[in-house]
Amino acid sequence: VPHATRQLHTTQQSSAPLPPLPEKGGEVRHGLIPEEFFQFLYPKTGVTGPYMLGTGLILYLLSKEIYVVNHETVAAASILTVIIYGIKKFGPEVAAFADKLNEEKMARALAVKNEAIKDLQTAIEAEKKEQWRVEGCSYLFNAKRNNVAMLLEANYRERLMMVYNEVKKRLDYQVAVQTLKRQKEQDYMIQWVEKNVVQSITPQQQKESITKCILDLKALSKGAHAAV
Amino acid sequence: LPAAVLLKDTKLMDVKLGQLPSWLATRDFTPGGIAGAFRRGYDRYYNKYINVKKGGLGGISMVLAGYVVLSYIWSYSHI
Repeated sequence: VPHATRQLHTTQQSSAPLPPLPEKGGEVRHGLIPEEFFQFLYPKTGVTGPYMLGTGLILYLLSKEIYVVNHETVAAASILTVIIYGIKKFGPEVAAFADKLNEEKMARALAVKNEAIKDLQTAIEAEKKEQWRVEGCSYLFNAKRNNVAMLLEANYRERLMMVYNEVKKRLDYQVAVQTLKRQKEQDYMIQWVEKNVVQSITPQQQKESITKCILDLKALSKGAHAAV
Repeated sequence: LPAAVLLKDTKLMDVKLGQLPSWLATRDFTPGGIAGAFRRGYDRYYNKYINVKKGGLGGISMVLAGYVVLSYIWSYSHI
């Protein structure tokens, strides 16, 4: 049967920390009677009141045989003697041992808490450092952007140079072709002119020019003889 | 003016002797109520004498003494 109809979380929840345990328990006198009983009787009967009451009660129980004295009484008396002797002798040591156990338990819990606090603090430090790093990111991105821009620029200039070289090569080729053509035309024309001139020198003209040259040479030699 | 406290909310030590029967009539005698009363008594004793940092001998010795007395009362007729 599901207990879904039961109401949960009905009281006000408070997230305040639990109050610490009280240091000492309620006062008990002689290990048997709480202190409040003595305080309750103090206004009417003073300090000895509860003790008189206790004595009277014990005498009444004994005399009316409400408490019967038999072999069990002897057994109870001896057991109580041993117990009280043991408590008086070993009480403080046991108490110190129990206190030490408690201290260790508290120390372990405190250690866990401190560990957790320390870990969280280192985490906070790391987080702050990360935030500081994020602030520096803008410088990093600027530098990277500059790098990329420089690469793009260098690439662009490289290709520009290549384009310039290629165009220059093509243009030089055209110029070379034109100069070659003109040179060839010139050479051919000179050759043709020479060939025609040589052809046009008839033998008769050749003879005439040779006799003229000889006459000139004679005249020149005469002139040179005369100068010397 | 302080508000008048209802009879069923007063503690036993504050109830006057004449009001005792009417006070008893306002008590919760259902099984849940009786169990709640035992639980309240146990919690009061536990938080006062045992659930402390330096508990003493009186915490358990009172319980044992009460047990001794109760068992004597129950076995009185067999003595």
